[in-house]
Amino acid sequence: MEVSDPDAIVNVEGLSITYRTVYGNLQALNTVDLKIKRGESVAIVGESGSGKSTLGLAIVKLLAPNAYYTKGRLLLDGRDITKLSNRQVSLLRGSTAFMIFQDPLNTLNPVKRVDVQMLEAIRSRLKQKGETFNEEAAYQEAIDKLKDVRMPDADSIIRRYPHQLSGGQIQRVVIAMGLLMKPKLMIADEPTSALDVTVQAQVLDLMRELQQEFHMSIIFITHDINVAHSISDRMVVMYAGEVSEASPADVLVKKALHPYSQALIASIPTTSKKEGQLNAIAGSPPDMISPPKGCRFHPRCPFVMDICSRESPRTVTKDESDVRCYLYG
Amino acid sequence: MDEPIVKTIGLKKYFRAGKSGLLNRIFRQEPPLVKAVDNVSIEVQSGEVLGLVGESGCGKTTLGRLISTLETPTDGEIFFTGQKVTRGNWKAIRRQLQMVFQNPYESLDPRQSIKSIVTEPLLKLGFSKAEREAQFEKVMSAVGLDQNFAQRRPKDLSGGQRQRVAVARSIVSTPKFIVLDEPTSALDASVQSQVLNLLVGLRNDFNFSYIVITHNIAVARFISDRIATMYAGQVVELGPTDMVLKDPKHPYTQALLKSVPTLEIKRVEPPHGEVPSLINLPSGCRFHTRCPYVMEKCKTQDPEMRKVGDVNVACWLY
Repeated sequence: MEVSDPDAIVNVEGLSITYRTVYGNLQALNTVDLKIKRGESVAIVGESGSGKSTLGLAIVKLLAPNAYYTKGRLLLDGRDITKLSNRQVSLLRGSTAFMIFQDPLNTLNPVKRVDVQMLEAIRSRLKQKGETFNEEAAYQEAIDKLKDVRMPDADSIIRRYPHQLSGGQIQRVVIAMGLLMKPKLMIADEPTSALDVTVQAQVLDLMRELQQEFHMSIIFITHDINVAHSISDRMVVMYAGEVSEASPADVLVKKALHPYSQALIASIPTTSKKEGQLNAIAGSPPDMISPPKGCRFHPRCPFVMDICSRESPRTVTKDESDVRCYLYG
Repeated sequence: MDEPIVKTIGLKKYFRAGKSGLLNRIFRQEPPLVKAVDNVSIEVQSGEVLGLVGESGCGKTTLGRLISTLETPTDGEIFFTGQKVTRGNWKAIRRQLQMVFQNPYESLDPRQSIKSIVTEPLLKLGFSKAEREAQFEKVMSAVGLDQNFAQRRPKDLSGGQRQRVAVARSIVSTPKFIVLDEPTSALDASVQSQVLNLLVGLRNDFNFSYIVITHNIAVARFISDRIATMYAGQVVELGPTDMVLKDPKHPYTQALLKSVPTLEIKRVEPPHGEVPSLINLPSGCRFHTRCPYVMEKCKTQDPEMRKVGDVNVACWLY
């Protein structure tokens, strides 16, 4: 497969993914387009069930066994990973794309010390590149990386077991392990949802600095618009397996085009109850086994038109935003 | 002023960390104590909503459980409508109290029908069948759920609907006071606002007071009349919501507010360091290890709550 755009680290074109379940086929992603430039930080926001985690996992081909890539293609660093074997993809994991999961406490092996786990990461990187492993140099590199993620007393932390560390410290160890692989892309799936606000702020700060320092692309998956806005250059809003809107972060929060993005931003509580009710979105997210016909947001949309329930809208570009809605043609 | 609905004086709850094993007994070693709640005095007036904010491990949930008599305090007193809570009378007091838990996926019995979940508290209070029916219809319409949910099970409901059921169960016995522990943190953004609007509306209709325990400052800002900030087992600042959030006095409240990204503030400024272990607490003020304004006095002496304007704050700066 030839490289279609050398500037893009990730290029998703018309991707559909289906989970086969006993209740029927669940279409988790429906013709998703997404392009991420090198060095760019993109946040994917959406509610639970919107397909944002599926998209993150699909990029590194870590989907559950009952998931199938049904349509479209997914280029990671110029290679279509839907066509690669698991073995080939495993060579790309870590060095090209690295994934951080939601619950830091479950990410590390509880019975191995931090240094053992970090050396393992270095060993696998060298193996991918065919270089030889030097224990002393590797140990020093691991300590340096822990210092890069602003870990105090890296020398003593590295000799501890995961249960001796706090949530924020573990999340930093995981990020340091990611950096050891020198990835071009970091995919973080709700990396701060299990953390407290002050620790979350520390991690967000760190990720922003690292992105600039190492010129890394970041995909940040979150349900929190405030967090997404603070970390990203561009925001992608997903609803029921479709990308509703993709815009520069500042544009999206100030002038969202899609009715769903508007409603989501309006529902963030910023006022006191004395100033009146919060704007809630009526109804609840759709059942993904039999999603609504046409635009998937139409049953909850305040601007619903006739055509919305009949045909699914196409993505149109308006100013700096890509939006999938009939209001814009 | 009327008697406050709930009042605590010097409330403490210490947990023993770990089990006391045979060797510890032989050597007469006391297991270490976790000071989950340490010397907390708060009041909730009739009809008032108090927001309790803080990070995990700061003792906010334990305080909620103490007030709802689910835990017995190590020391200190709780007064419910002026009456002291003791071992002898908590049964009577529980009739006027309810609690709503964080996760509506776990707090509802999956095998019970919605109707029996909601009306269970009434059974305990000896209501007749007709009274239970009437009350059920009343609360279901109050929380905006259809009557025909009655025979369904929790698995048929979405997260927002389940939390409505949990709220319906808590108001069915017309309590005077409800403790809500993170009522919206398991819910999606679009559903969270539905539940918050509901909680505000119900208070006006049913006239009860409540404590909302949350780590989400935006939620606390919307729902509460007064806010209490907790840090390492103690309330460090307590005052009217707009005052605490517009002009926070305690350095910890300031740090907490600076850590929350909003659509206006893109850059967050977190405090350094980590929450202290509740077993080996720092001497003096518990925040002094992370405080940007730390003074000599802070390291040795524990500050008392004092009034600064309309706000109570425990800090030597004032």
